[in-house]
Amino acid sequence: MFRMSDALRYWFLVLPALAIMIVFYIWPLLGIWQISLTEPKPGVANYTEMFDSTAVQTSFILTFRIAILTTIGCLILGYIVAYVISNFARRAKPLMVALVLLPFWVSVLIRSFSWIVLLGRSGIVNDTLMATGITDSPMRLMHNEFGVVIAMIHVMLPFAVLPMMANMRGISGAYVDAARGLGAGEWTAFRQVYFPQTMPGVMSGALLVFVLSLGFYITPALLGGGRVLMISEYITYQIQEFLNWGLGSALSVALLVATAVVIAIAARFVNLRSALLERN
Amino acid sequence: MTDPILTISRATKRYGPVHALDRVDLTVEEGEFLTLLGPSGSGKTTLLSAIAGFAPLSEGRIDLRGRDITSEPPEHRDFGMVFQGYALFPTMTVRDNIAFPLKVRKRPASEIKKRVEYCLGLVQMEDFADRMPSQMSGGQQQRIALARALSFEPQVLLLDEPLSALDKKLRADLQWELKSLHDSLGVTFIYVTHDQDEALSMSDRVVILKDGRIQQQGVPDALYNHPRNRFVADFLGKSNFMDLPVRGREGDALTCAVGDTQFPVEAPGAEVRGDVLNLALRPERIRLGAPGEEMLDGTIRQVSYLGERCLVMVDHDVIGPLLISQATWKEGVTPRAGLPVSFGWDSDACVVMEAEPA
Repeated sequence: MFRMSDALRYWFLVLPALAIMIVFYIWPLLGIWQISLTEPKPGVANYTEMFDSTAVQTSFILTFRIAILTTIGCLILGYIVAYVISNFARRAKPLMVALVLLPFWVSVLIRSFSWIVLLGRSGIVNDTLMATGITDSPMRLMHNEFGVVIAMIHVMLPFAVLPMMANMRGISGAYVDAARGLGAGEWTAFRQVYFPQTMPGVMSGALLVFVLSLGFYITPALLGGGRVLMISEYITYQIQEFLNWGLGSALSVALLVATAVVIAIAARFVNLRSALLERN
Repeated sequence: MTDPILTISRATKRYGPVHALDRVDLTVEEGEFLTLLGPSGSGKTTLLSAIAGFAPLSEGRIDLRGRDITSEPPEHRDFGMVFQGYALFPTMTVRDNIAFPLKVRKRPASEIKKRVEYCLGLVQMEDFADRMPSQMSGGQQQRIALARALSFEPQVLLLDEPLSALDKKLRADLQWELKSLHDSLGVTFIYVTHDQDEALSMSDRVVILKDGRIQQQGVPDALYNHPRNRFVADFLGKSNFMDLPVRGREGDALTCAVGDTQFPVEAPGAEVRGDVLNLALRPERIRLGAPGEEMLDGTIRQVSYLGERCLVMVDHDVIGPLLISQATWKEGVTPRAGLPVSFGWDSDACVVMEAEPA
C-alpha cells in the first residue's frame, strides 16, 4: 500500500485551504496592485495623485485619528471589564463572559443601526435630553466623528476585552497579596505590581482594535452619514461612484502598507506570537 | 519572660459550614522560630493568612504587642511574608523586588541602596541583583523572596511552605540557612509546613494542627517523645499502636500485659480510664534479639533496607505486625524475612495516648 511521507501528508492537509486563499484572495489582491499601476494608463500616476490630493490626506489622517480614539476608548472600558471579570466575578463569570461575546453573534449592521436609533436627531438620547429640559434643540450626536467613535468602540470592545482577559487569567493573586504584605496599599499594589503584568494583554488588545479599526467600513459609513469619510469608504466612493479603479486600487495598496507598517512597529513592543496565536 | 509579640485568641474562620479554624488560642514569643505543622486542610495556612491579614477572622482577635490588629489591612501590619510560589514580581529585577517594600515606605534612596546590598549578602545572592526572576532557579528565587521579606526589617517573618517546591537536597541546605538566618537576625519566624522533618529540625516550638484545632504544641523533642494523642504520634514520625489490658498500678508505674507476658510502663501523669491502655511505641525504641533473648517472640515478615537503618516488620500472635527500626551498623541479628526473633523495650519507651476527642 502507498504510504505518504510526513511532509506529503502535511501538504495534502494544507492544500485545500491554501488553494482557496491563492485563487480567491492572493490572486485578486495582486490584480489590485496591477490595476493601481496600469489604470487608466501604465505608470505611477495614481500614486502621485494620491500623495498630492488633500482629500486623500484628510481621509488618512481622519482614519488614524478615529482608530486611535477607538483604541483608547476600548482599552479603558475593556480593561475595567476584563479586570472585574478576572478578579471579582466568581459565579457570575460565565454570564459576564457571555455578555462580552454576545455582540459577536449580532450582525455589525444591526448594531450600527441600533446606534442610529439611539443617537439620531429624534433618537432616544435626544428625546430624553429634551424631555428632561437639559437641551432645547436636538444635539448632533451622529453623522460626525463623535457618533462614529462611540459606535466603533462598542463594536470593537470584545477585541480589547478578550486578549486582556486571557492575560489577566494568568496572573496569580499572590502577587498583589505579596505587594500588600510588603507594605503597599491597594492602589500602589495595583499600579506597580498588577498593572505592569497586564501590559502584554493591553498591547495585543490595542493592536487588534487599532488594525481592525483602520480598515473598518460599515459602522463609519452608517454613523458617519457620508460626512466622516474613513479610508475604506473613500475607496468605495472612488470605485463605485467615480469608477476610478486606478486611484481606488492605489488607496487599497496604501491602506495595506499602512497596516503592515503598524504591525511591524508593534512587533517591536509586542510578542505577536503570544498576542495573536497563543492565549496564555 | 517578656510579653509575647503576638497573641491570638479564640481565632475562628468559617467557610460556610466548614470551620477552617476553630477557637485557636496561640501566643508567639519575641524572637522565636514557631512552626505551624499539619496535613493539608488542617488550618495552618488559614491561620497564617489571618495573621498576615489576607483572610479576616470570623471571630476572635489578634494582638501585636498588645495592639489589636484584627481588622488592620495587611500593609499596616509590618510583617514580612514569603510565599509558597515565591511571588517575586516578574516585571521587576531582583534589586527592584528587594527595594519594593522600602520604596513604598518612602525610605531615602541611599538607605534603600544599602539595605538591598545588605539583604542580597544575607542570602548570598550579590551577583544576581540585575537578573529578572524568570532567569533564576527555584532555589535562587526563594532566596530573593526571603531577602525581599527581610529588607524592611519586619517585626515578624511569615513563611508559607517556602521550601515545598524545591528538591530534597536543596531543601535540606536551605533549612540550615533559614535556621542560621533566624538565629543571627533575631526576627520572629512563623513557619507553615506539612513536612515534619522541616518542623523538627528548625523550630524552637512546633504547633500541630488538625481540622482547625491545635492538637499539641511544644519543643520538637517533647512533641516527638511525648505525643499526646494518636494523631500527633502518627503524624510526627512513625509509631506502633497497641491496645493492651492494664494488670496493675502503683503511682506512675503501670503494668501491662501482652498475652501472658507482663511488662512495666512508666507513664508519669497519664490519665488511665478503664482497664485498657492505648500505647504508642516508636519503632527505634524496640530492641531486636535472637529468640529467647528479649521479652517477646515473633517472626520477621519483611525487611526494608534504607541505608543508615533498616525497617523490620515483625509478626506477633497477639499484637500483630510491629514496625521496628534498627541501625544497620549494629552487631547482632541480621534481619531477613522468615527469621524467628525476639524483641523488647524499656519501661519508658511506651507513651500512653489520650482518648481522641469525639
